[in-house]
Amino acid sequence: MDVYLPRTLPEALELKARHPEAMPIAGGTDVMVDINFDRHRPTALIDLTRIPELAVWRREDGHIFLGAGVTYTRIMQELPGLRAWFQAARTVGSPQIRNRATVGGNLGTASPAGDALPVIAAHDGEVIMISARGERSLAWHEFLVGVKRNALHPDELIAGVRWRTVRGPGSFSKIGTRNAMVISMAGLCLLLDEEARAVRVALGSVAPTIVRAAEAEAFAAAEIARAGAWDDPKATLSEGTLAEFGERVTGAAKPIDDIRGTARYRRHACVVLGRRALAWALADRRG
Amino acid sequence: MDVTLSVNGVSRTASVEPRITLADVLRDELGLTGTHVGCEHGVCGACTVLLDGRSVRSCLLFAVQAAGQEVTTVEGLAAADGTLHPLQKAFHDAHGLQCGFCTPGFLMAARELLDENPSPTESEVRTWLSGNLCRCTGYQNIVDAVLLAAERMRGAP
Repeated sequence: MDVYLPRTLPEALELKARHPEAMPIAGGTDVMVDINFDRHRPTALIDLTRIPELAVWRREDGHIFLGAGVTYTRIMQELPGLRAWFQAARTVGSPQIRNRATVGGNLGTASPAGDALPVIAAHDGEVIMISARGERSLAWHEFLVGVKRNALHPDELIAGVRWRTVRGPGSFSKIGTRNAMVISMAGLCLLLDEEARAVRVALGSVAPTIVRAAEAEAFAAAEIARAGAWDDPKATLSEGTLAEFGERVTGAAKPIDDIRGTARYRRHACVVLGRRALAWALADRRG
Repeated sequence: MDVTLSVNGVSRTASVEPRITLADVLRDELGLTGTHVGCEHGVCGACTVLLDGRSVRSCLLFAVQAAGQEVTTVEGLAAADGTLHPLQKAFHDAHGLQCGFCTPGFLMAARELLDENPSPTESEVRTWLSGNLCRCTGYQNIVDAVLLAAERMRGAP
């Protein structure tokens, strides 16, 4: 096995063009597990941890760009104001994992259980890909095409993810067997978009890819409008409305039974996560 | 492929194949067998070392990825004259170990915690150490040991 250690982005892109079979590796917390278990034996690796262009985030023109090489520890330290991002980052593995694992890794692995992915989906994020040929971007749902499958071309690397800043409360929550070191059985990111007067809900681990609960989103936005709560944060939704929202959220799930949980349990988890997340968001607006 | 690392403050060079993990280089090439290899897939935390001051799993890292960086292992905790680090002393005093297999990983994870937060609460210690498994102690004495070390390092009576 060959390992390439590029120090600049152009060098990395040239290597990837010449060796499209080479597996990109950053923190290694996914790639190395497969290698150590002999599930995957790449002929070559390209280490991306030394490339400064991938390890940055920045605010630009009403958007945020988050580089593929930014670790979850850094998201917690440097972006605590992005509440859903912070909460998702905090649930990834353990400190040792968060010190290495990157957002690019979640996108590259494209597991429906990647904790950053529902957050990217709820933010309507676009994934930026680069190659020696140039740069392109795809909406998150065009990028994530199946279980552990993404739309990356063999000569491309993931540069990062970009989204329009959302004003309003939000959260990420997930269900698993313990609080740490757990791959989620169900995960949910909910955002209230105060400007568009919209609610956005994305689910992880309950379908082949991340899904948005569009019907539940429209229901919640209409109910908030009906209660007058977009203009008056003190206005509340009834318990019954919150419960119905939860039921509609789970309507978007297409879960399976697997080693981590049953489809039935996952459907129930979506009801509970959805109901709680909307209640939290409304409570945050009341202050 | 020659890899040069700073290990516990000393520059060390090993000739390794690219597919060799940092844990294996530390143990097999450099003779630093204090770093233990348990699960080899990032769950148990026994192989925890510090890389540029941050705790990482040395089984999930190729040695070549760490080239040029500062590695701290459990052997780097005690002073040159053999005086135990306050964490090591506290693990001894508070019975924070039984078989000892997981101990180096716990010590290195706890070291990062106390570097960042010299006054952690019990809950913060438990949360921080969530990525390390111990099959003997039931964790209570490990948590007590970290809190005792923190207290001693703050110079409290």
